[in-house]
Amino acid sequence: MSSNVTLPVAKEFEPRIVAFFCNWCTYTAGDLAGAARLAYAPNMRVIRLMCSGRVDPEFVLAALRQGADGVLIGGCHPGDCHYREGNYKCLRRFQLLCKFLRQMGVEEQRVRLEWIAASEGDKVQKIANEMTAQLKLLGPLRLQITPRVNGRPRAAECPPAPTKGVAP
Amino acid sequence: MSKPKVGFYWCASCGGCEESVVDLAEAILDVTAAVDFVFFPVAMDFKRSDVEAMADGAMAACMINGAIRSSEQRAMAKLLRRKAQILIAYGACSHQGGIPGLANLFDRQSILQTVYRDTPSTVNPGDIRPEASTRIPHGEVELPVLDEQVKSLDQVVPVDYYIPGCAPPVQLLKDALAAILTGRLPPKGSVLAPDKALCEQCPRAPSKPDNLLIDQFKRPHLERIDPEKCLLAQGFLCLGPATRGGCGWACINANMPCTGCLGPVSRTRDYGGAAMSALASLVNSNDEAQIAAMLETIVDPAGTFYRYGLPASLLFARAGANADKGGHEP
Ligand code: SF4
Ligand code: SF4
Ligand code: FES
Repeated sequence: MSSNVTLPVAKEFEPRIVAFFCNWCTYTAGDLAGAARLAYAPNMRVIRLMCSGRVDPEFVLAALRQGADGVLIGGCHPGDCHYREGNYKCLRRFQLLCKFLRQMGVEEQRVRLEWIAASEGDKVQKIANEMTAQLKLLGPLRLQITPRVNGRPRAAECPPAPTKGVAP
Repeated sequence: MSKPKVGFYWCASCGGCEESVVDLAEAILDVTAAVDFVFFPVAMDFKRSDVEAMADGAMAACMINGAIRSSEQRAMAKLLRRKAQILIAYGACSHQGGIPGLANLFDRQSILQTVYRDTPSTVNPGDIRPEASTRIPHGEVELPVLDEQVKSLDQVVPVDYYIPGCAPPVQLLKDALAAILTGRLPPKGSVLAPDKALCEQCPRAPSKPDNLLIDQFKRPHLERIDPEKCLLAQGFLCLGPATRGGCGWACINANMPCTGCLGPVSRTRDYGGAAMSALASLVNSNDEAQIAAMLETIVDPAGTFYRYGLPASLLFARAGANADKGGHEP
């Protein structure tokens, strides 16, 4: 190879994190982090739900299938759920889902549940940064490609994932 | 007028689906009076060349049971798709990947290694593996090649209808045949079974409390099962809440919990995800450690909640180093 050719520098892998935040605590905390100008890793995309009890395991699986390298679920602290029991239901489902994900070769650090109160903007910042760093070390989630179904890309609600590793 | 021609073929399956045809009993006479079987390798002597000789679309309908996991099965699926006007995925393996689909928890290499090297009953000092083609004194012989993953039929060729179940309930087969013969078929892509959860109208549903909570998941081979009471209310993992009805509560009536062979209702996009959601939320604890302890008796979530459908699930197969493509097939 001639010496004047510069090889492209491999870009650092930028993980994508889908975050499901409950409206009453964690999402408010995210807002607070924004208002307080607490900068955190831009790798996290937040989806607001009314309660962590709304997070169905299917949502997490769909996020991973559509290209997320990690999923964060945020809910109110135990005892603080606006709907009383939602976060407990979330905790139960999360634990079972995690057992299944281990069998499927999806590492523990990729799917995480955190209780974050409305006042804990700094915790949103800390966890977003922490998770981003962990996922950078782990690298992209390598799921098997899903085959087309009846000649069409699988299930219309799951559009093809854009190429991995691009900066968000 | 000549009778409509029908085919019935098997891929990666156990033969139970053929058994379900035999279970038609006397009704099989009505079937053979109404249609001509032109391909049915398990029961009748037809060869692949007979199918190849048919005109495209010559068969009014063809049912394929079994998952697709080899080059030969892929080729047969494509051939039969061409020759049949209506292609029906018959049974859980063809519909969702079925029990053979659990092979997607492993990669091809480790499956071959287990079978041809590691099992205690394997004697294979030369470490001989199946080869796509081998020279013998008489010439070249060929073997089908095992695919990297197990697929459902619709992941290989377009499918018109699905008859679910492991094996499909006889009534569903009868209804499907009647619908084909009268041309009264639902929109393409439909599962030919009721679109309602098994729990609806289950004979034991009245004994299922509205605010059901479970202290311990019991395993059916270790406990006595009350023959009257809702199985879930007794703590057995009955997948009725997530499973499509249409089997006549076969397992429930035999005092066994439903394991989900009919697959999901049409609103579900991941059967196991829906089943895990329904079941886990019933755990009667709010304490992290206690919940973990209660879930301990669910030793194999993949085998429990995706027993009949890992290939059709969102994750499709175990993530791994050799899976560097990600996403979807374009
Ligand atoms: S959980 Fe099982 S036994 Fe109970 S009502 Fe549903 S299908 Fe019937
Ligand atoms: S009860 Fe469940 S597992 Fe049994 S036949 Fe019906 S759907 Fe299949
Ligand atoms: S409202 Fe926040 S977890 Fe339920």
